[in-house]
Amino acid sequence: MDYFLQQLINGVTLGSIYGLIAIGYTMVYGIIGMINFAHGDIFMVGSFVALILIVALGITAATPVLLLILALALVLVVAMALTAVWGWTVERIAYRPLRGSFRLAPLITAIGASIALQNFVQVSQGAKNKPLQPLISGGFQLTDGGADGSGFIVNLSYVQILIVVTTVILMVGFTYLINNTNLGRSQRACEQDRKMAALLGVNVDRTISLTFVMGASLAAVAGLMFLLYYGVVDFYIGFLAGVKAFTAAVLGGIGSLPGAMLGGLLIGLIETFWSGYFSVEYKDVAAFSILAIVLIFMPEGLLGQPEVEKV
Amino acid sequence: MQARQRDSLLVASLKDSLGGAVITFALACVMVGLKVDVASGRGAELFLEHRWLAVATAVIVVFAGRFLLNMFFWKREDAPSIGISGFLPKGGLGTGSANMLKYGMLVLAVVLPFALMFWLGSRGSRQYIDLAILVLTYVMLGWGLNIVVGLAGLLDLGYVAFYAVGAYSYALLAHYFGFSFWICLPLAGILAAFWGIILGFPVLRLRGDYLAIVTLAFGEIIRVVLLNWYEFTGGPDGLSGIPRPSFFGLEFTRGEGGFADFFGLKYNSIHRIIFLYYLIFIMAMVTNFVTMRLRRMPIGRAWEALREDEIACRALGINTTNTKLTAFALGAMFGGFAGSFFATRQGFISPESFTFLESAIILAIVVLGGLGSQMGVVIAAVVMIGGFEFFREFEEYRMLVFGLIMVVIMVWKPRGLVSSRTPSVALSKNAKGISADLVQEGHG
Repeated sequence: MDYFLQQLINGVTLGSIYGLIAIGYTMVYGIIGMINFAHGDIFMVGSFVALILIVALGITAATPVLLLILALALVLVVAMALTAVWGWTVERIAYRPLRGSFRLAPLITAIGASIALQNFVQVSQGAKNKPLQPLISGGFQLTDGGADGSGFIVNLSYVQILIVVTTVILMVGFTYLINNTNLGRSQRACEQDRKMAALLGVNVDRTISLTFVMGASLAAVAGLMFLLYYGVVDFYIGFLAGVKAFTAAVLGGIGSLPGAMLGGLLIGLIETFWSGYFSVEYKDVAAFSILAIVLIFMPEGLLGQPEVEKV
Repeated sequence: MQARQRDSLLVASLKDSLGGAVITFALACVMVGLKVDVASGRGAELFLEHRWLAVATAVIVVFAGRFLLNMFFWKREDAPSIGISGFLPKGGLGTGSANMLKYGMLVLAVVLPFALMFWLGSRGSRQYIDLAILVLTYVMLGWGLNIVVGLAGLLDLGYVAFYAVGAYSYALLAHYFGFSFWICLPLAGILAAFWGIILGFPVLRLRGDYLAIVTLAFGEIIRVVLLNWYEFTGGPDGLSGIPRPSFFGLEFTRGEGGFADFFGLKYNSIHRIIFLYYLIFIMAMVTNFVTMRLRRMPIGRAWEALREDEIACRALGINTTNTKLTAFALGAMFGGFAGSFFATRQGFISPESFTFLESAIILAIVVLGGLGSQMGVVIAAVVMIGGFEFFREFEEYRMLVFGLIMVVIMVWKPRGLVSSRTPSVALSKNAKGISADLVQEGHG
C-alpha cells in the first residue's frame, strides 16, 4: 500500500510534466491539424535555457529560501519568453510557408526541424549530459516505515509539490485565457473554421503564431520542472518526452485542453506503475503501445470530439 | 496594408532587418552565447563558457543578410515570408533529359567499380566502392519505402523496423541454424513482409499524421525489444560474426577453393567488395523493376488512386484493405532484403543501427527526391549519403545541416526535387505529364 502511494505521487508528478508538454501538441493539432513534431525538442531547448539561466544566476541549494524562490521565478519567466521565441521561429520558418500545401509537407519539415534543433543543441551545448545538483531538497515523510523500520517510507518531496502546484496554477490561468479572453476566442474560432474566422476579421496567422508561442512557453515550464525533478538534461530528452506527451494528448482527446492534462496524468501514472511493478526496460514500450492502441481503437480519445470524415 | 502609411524601401528594409536581428539575438543569447559545461575535476560542477562573439556574428549576419535581400532581391515593400522560392528555378526535369540521365546513370553504375579500380587501383578505390555500396543500399531502401509513401501515400515513419527485421532474421538464422546468406535472403524478405502485414493490419483505419505516428511507435517498439531481449538478440552488444555471402558456393577467401583460386586470379580483398557492390546493385534494380511493373498492374493503379483520394477509392469499389496491406508488405519485403544485405556486409549488427533517425533519413531521401519518383530517390540518395561522407570532417554539424536542408527543400519545393508526379494512367494524350503542382492532394 505504501509502495502504491509512493508510485502514485511519482506518477502524478511525472504526469504533470507530460501534461504541460501535451498542451502544446493538442493546441497546435486543434488549430492547424498537424503534429508539431519539433515540440518535444522545444521542451528540450526550454530545459537547457532554464539550466543555463540557473547556472548564470549562480543559484545553488545554499541560496536562502526566499531568494531561491524569487530567482527560480525569474528563471521561469525568462525561460518561458526565450523558448517562446524558439517556438515562434520554428513556426515561422518551417510551418507557415507550407500552409495550404499538401498534408504531409508540414510533418516532414517538422521532422527536419526536430533533427535540426537536437543537433543544434548538441553542437552549441555539447553532447555530454549536464547534471545539476538538486536545488530544493527535503520533503515530507508520509509514513515512518512502521515501528520496526521495516515498512516502506513514502516521501513527498518539496520539488514534487512545487511541480504539481505550478502545473495546477498554470492550468487554471490557461483555461481562463482560452475561455475568457479575445485571444482565446479567436483561437477557438480558428480551430473551428479558419477561413470563416479570417473573413470575420481574425488575424489567423497571428493567432497560429500565438498558439505556438503559448505551447512553447508551457513546454519551457515543463523543461524547468523536468530539470528540477530529474536534475539532468541532455540534447536527446525531447524525443521520448515528446512522443509520450503526444500520446497523452491523443489519449485525452486531441484538441481538448483538459483532455491533454488528463492524458498526461494517465500516461505518467501508467509509466510509473509499469516500471514500479513490471519492468523498467519496457516502460517505453508501454507508452508506445498505449499510443498505438488508443489511436487504433478510440482515435477521438477520452474527452475529444469524434472526427467527421469530409469529402 | 493600404491604410498604413507605407515606408520607403530603405526604412522598411531596415525595420525588417532589425526585427530579424532582435529575434536572432533572443534565440542566440542564451543557447549560443553561454555554453554550460561540466567541470572535470571539481565533482561534476557546472560552469559557463561565454561566446558573445558568436552571438554578435549571428546577429550581424542575419541583419546584413536580411537587409541586402530586402533591398536587392525581394524588391517588395512588405517583407515576404521566405525568399528562396523567388529566385530559384521552377519545375522538374523534362522527360527527354530524364531518360538520358536514367540510362547514363545506369551505365555509370554498371562500370563504376572497374572504372574506379582502373583509375585508383584496388587499394585507393576501396573506400569509394564502399561508399557506392552504402548509397545503393539507401537507394534500395528508398525505392522500397517509395512503394508505401510515394505510391500508396501512406506515411511510414517506422520503415527502419523492417530493415531491422531483415537484418536480424539473417543474423539470427545464421547464428542459431547456420543458414547461408542465399537461403536467408528470401526468408528475411518473407519475414519482413509478414511483419509488414502484422503491423499494417491494425493501422488500416488510420491515415495521415496518425498513421505516421503509430508506425513510428511500432518502429520504436521493435527496436526497444531488440535492445532488451538480451538472451535472444544479444541486446545492445548486438550480433557479430555474421557469415559473408558466397559466389555460387565460392567463398571469398585466400587459398584453395576460394573465389580467386577458382578463377585463377591473385587473391585480393577487393573482390568481395566488388561482389557486394554488384549484389546490392542487382537487388536494387530488382526492386525498381518490380515497382515499375506493379505500377502498371491493377494493384499499382489502386495504390496511386489511394494516394489521390481514399474516399473516392472506396466509392469505386477498390478494396482498400488489400491495397494498403500489399503496399506495406511489399515495401517491408524490400526493406527486409536490404536489411539482410546490410547484415552480411557489416558482419555485425546492433539495435543502434536502427534508430528513428535512420527512418527519417530514408524518408527524407524519398520525400526530397520527389514522392513517387524513382529517379528522384537515386538523386537524393547520392546527394545526401554522398554529402554525409563528403562532410565527414564536420561530423557534428552534418546532422544539423541535414535537418535544415530537409526544412529548406520542403519549403522551396514541397513536391521534392524531381517533382512531376505523373499518373500512370491518363485519359488523353494532352493530360500526360501533369505537373505535381496541379494535382490536388486527397486525404491521407
